Order: sequence, then C-alpha cells, then structure tokens
Amino acid sequence: MDEGRVGVVIGPETRAAIDAECQKYPQKRGGLLGALHLVQKEHGHISADIAREVAEIFDIRPIEVMEVVTFYNMYYFTPQGRHHVYVCTNLPCSLRGARSLVKQIEAHLGIQSGQTTADGRITLGHEECLGACAYAPMMRVGDDYHEDLDLERAITILDGLE
Amino acid sequence: MLKVPYITNYLTEHFGDDAFVTLAGYEAKGGYQAARKALNDMAPDDIVNLVKDAGLQGRGGAGFSAGMKWSFMPKDTDKPKYLVCNADESEPGSFKDRILIERGSHQMLEGILIAAKATGAEKTFIYIRGEYAFPAKVLQGAIDEAYEKGYLGANCMGSGFSHDIVMARGAGAYICGEETGLLESLEGKKGQPRKKPPFPAQYGAFGMPTTVNNVETFSHVPHIVNRGSDWFRGIGTEKSPGTMIFGVSGHVVRPGLYELPLGTSLSEIVLEHAGGVPDGHKIKGVIPGGMSMPILPAGQLDVPMANEFLRERKTMLGTGGVMVMDETTCMVRAACVITYFFRDESCGQCTQCREGTGWLNKIVTRMERGAGTEDDIGILEDVAGKMEGQTICAFADAAAWPVQGLLRHFRDDFEEHVRHGKCPFPGSFEL
Repeated sequence: MDEGRVGVVIGPETRAAIDAECQKYPQKRGGLLGALHLVQKEHGHISADIAREVAEIFDIRPIEVMEVVTFYNMYYFTPQGRHHVYVCTNLPCSLRGARSLVKQIEAHLGIQSGQTTADGRITLGHEECLGACAYAPMMRVGDDYHEDLDLERAITILDGLE
Repeated sequence: MLKVPYITNYLTEHFGDDAFVTLAGYEAKGGYQAARKALNDMAPDDIVNLVKDAGLQGRGGAGFSAGMKWSFMPKDTDKPKYLVCNADESEPGSFKDRILIERGSHQMLEGILIAAKATGAEKTFIYIRGEYAFPAKVLQGAIDEAYEKGYLGANCMGSGFSHDIVMARGAGAYICGEETGLLESLEGKKGQPRKKPPFPAQYGAFGMPTTVNNVETFSHVPHIVNRGSDWFRGIGTEKSPGTMIFGVSGHVVRPGLYELPLGTSLSEIVLEHAGGVPDGHKIKGVIPGGMSMPILPAGQLDVPMANEFLRERKTMLGTGGVMVMDETTCMVRAACVITYFFRDESCGQCTQCREGTGWLNKIVTRMERGAGTEDDIGILEDVAGKMEGQTICAFADAAAWPVQGLLRHFRDDFEEHVRHGKCPFPGSFEL
C-alpha cells in the first residue's frame, strides 16, 4: 500500500511519546490506543496517511489501525473543528433537559449536531453518559467537563471558544 | 451540585480534604498502613481468605465475591500474572468511580497493592475511560508519587515484593467496561468481548493469568485489612456487607453521591437523603442500579438496596446508579433513550444483540411517534426474550432487561401510545 504516500507525517516528539507508551505493555500492540490519542492530538484527526504510518510503527496492516479508529468514539478520521463540544443526552441528563439544551445550542451556533461551524471553531455532538449524572445537564469541551449548565452558562462557554 | 458525597463513610470521609489527594495527606490519615502489613506480615492466602471471609462483593455491577475471584489465580505458574483495575465507568447513572479516583486515588492504589500480594500479580493495568481526562491526570499523579516514595516498583516498601502499575486510557466504548472487552482493548484491538471459558484467570491480559476488579472494589480492601472481616460484616446485610457509594440522579432535590451501608432502603436514599422529588411532583419509577437494571415502580421503594432483595423484585444492585423519574415522565420516551444507547454501543459480534438492539430501538421509536400497533408490544417482549442468555457477553441481557422492566411495570404507557396514536405525556422531558 505504497501508492499515494506523502512521507513522514507523525512528528518526532509524538514518535518518542508513542515509544514511551508502548513500553508500558508486554506486547507493543498494547500501545495502539495511546498512540492514536497522541497522533490525533498532533493532527486533529487520523487520516489515511497517518493510519498507514501508525501501521508501520506497530508492524500491522493499515486496516487493523482503521478498525480501531472506527470502533472507538473518541477517534476521528475526518477533519474536525478546533473544539469538540459534546452534550450528554443519556437518560439522567435527558430527564433534566439535556435534549432541549442541545436544540438551543444548535440554534445558537447555526449548525446541527454532528456538524462543524463554518469558521471551523466548533464541532457539536451529543454523547452517551460521561459520569456526571448528578450535575446535569452538562457538556464536554475536549478534555474539560462543564456541568450544572443552563443555556446562559453554556452559551458563555461556547462564545468564549476560539 | 456538591461533588463530594453528601453522606460519607469509611471510603469517602476525607474526600473534602484537599490534602488527602496527596500521598502525604493520605498517609496522615492512616493510609498505606494496610499495604505495609499485607506486604510485610501477611501470606498471600491469608489475604485472600480475609477478603473472602469479609464477603466483599464486586462493586462493578456483577457483585461476584472478590476474594473468590482472587483465589482463581493459578499458584503454580511461571507465567507473569496481572491485575486489571476496571476504571471504564460508563454505565448511565453511575459516577462513583470518578470521585473515588479524583479524591481517593491512593486508597485505590493501596487496595491494588494488597490484591497484588494476595494473587502474586507482578503488574496492574488501570484501564480508565478516555473521557475521564481530569481523573486520569490525578491518578497518574498519585501513581508517580507512589513510585517516588518506593511504594511501587522494585521492592515495594522494602518488603521484597515488587509491583508495577501503569495507566491505560480508553477511547470511548461502553463495551470496554465488560472485562474481556476491556482486555481486548488493553491489547490494542477493538473491544469485542471474548467467549468464556477460558476465564481471565486462565487467559487474560496478553494471554496471561489476570484478575479484573472494579475501582470501588479495590478501594474497600485497605479498610478490610486494617479493621478485619468482622468489622466489615458488621456493616450492611448478612449477604451484602460493607458500604456502597450510591449515585442519585434525575428528578430529585439533591442529586449526588451517598455512601451508605448496603441494605439501606431505596426510599430512604431517594426520599430522605436526596430530598425526594421537587416542585410537588411524585415519583413514577426508579431505576436502582444503573440503566441496565430493570426499573421499579413507586410502590416498591421499600426494597433494601442489596442484591438478595433486589433480585426478588426482578432487578439488581448493579453499580448503584439510582435514577428517579417523576409522574411527568413518558416511559416510552425513556425507552427511546435507553434503547438508542444499547443500539449504539453494541459491538456487533452476536446476531441476537446486533439485530435485537436495533429492533428494540426502532420499535419504541415508532411507538413514541404514534405509529405503533398492538402487535409491537408483543414483538418487544419476543425480541428481548430472544436476546437474553444467548450471547458472548452480558451486554445483550443488559439491553433486554430495561425493556422488560418497563413493560412489566409501565405497559400502560405503551398501550396508551397505541390507543391515542401519539404520546399522551406532553409534559414529559423533551426527546
């Protein structure tokens, strides 16, 4: 699968971090999930080129990388907005108005859940239980949880994202 | 809302103290004494028998005896043995493991160290769900502190026993909370569960003998070593000793965490501690143990929260995620939310689960829209019945049970949708 290869895409720092991650496990493959988090941090999503390079690092086939990328919710294989905003819409959150909140956020941003704003700032989505059930409704912006939300607080947070 | 539990006990009593998060602060409250005792003065079998005698049930949802699970690890083997800490907490309604990691990482690490001595494990993999970025940071900090102090690594605490702990992050998949799905994910693959047997004690992480336990299960262990099995059995019920951290959410005045003895009644938890339902509303139903567990109607809140009693009511303790729904709630809408989740999270291996979760969701969705028929209720029961006990793992059961529970106690809600050709609960939460 050498046709169309662009060259080295994964940076040296990320490669070093991937090596360190793999040291944790008795088999190198154990480091794959961690490696994908690292390359995604560097590049925003996991393209076909990146998947091929990751496959080389782990001495597996590119399809085996893509199997993992497509299985887990936190990996993306298409370009994303600069910020991921996920509102939990599972049962405890829905009972406290999460779905109404999502609709209001959609109206405010001018996009539907699953889409990215035209300026590339925000990709909006809904997510399953994030372990914040007593602090509902809530949303995750990348690594950060924002809990006990009302529309005003949510909009303040979203408008503050560059 | 208050993050630390509103009611604390031996697990969480110091969670409001910021110093407790540090190793020094944890030790100031008596931390790591149990591990020192276990590593220096107790034989592996002594520890296993102590925890068996104490009757500690796993707190991850299945409630299996922790001591018995530890005893399954082979003694005469030259294969490396591993422990896995299941920190994948993704059961809707559950958020107790999160606080145990954010405010009590050292307590959990101490429990792991004791379990390691008991089972002869040389390494622990803590698998934490990918979305718990902040708790993971706190946990890694605690692991680093323990290594720095010589409590982990070679010759822990000068005892001659060595043990390593590493943290692995998940990437968003509920099925990775299933122990063999977790093991597959730990190995860098799709988290699709394995057939059992072989069980993890025979073939586990990277093919080696492994024991998987929940965050809270490990957290109870230092206290059992410090205070003994009689003390532990003095709390809770005869078959279900100790405390559990219940997470209450939904239509209550005080959603939050409550560490209470097992056997506390559901009504005490919901009406007394969590303040009941606000704004003059009344309880319609309560899911007692995380979203996989069948719902109970308002008239059955007298049930003591322990497996031996909940099973009589055709439900289970699960992860103690108590979700309260008031009388405005449309149970068909609740079914839409629940079945969508299981449809989305099915790993797809088993036909009954892959197709069954899809059918359950499609049918309740069309019923909510008003396009359901009398036959649909029968189809739901038929599909759910064919999913139970038929698959590689218990996910299909977990997906079928909630629908069965809703039909058992709220069949009327479903029939009303058919009769009226639309949802008869306009005041219900928005879908």
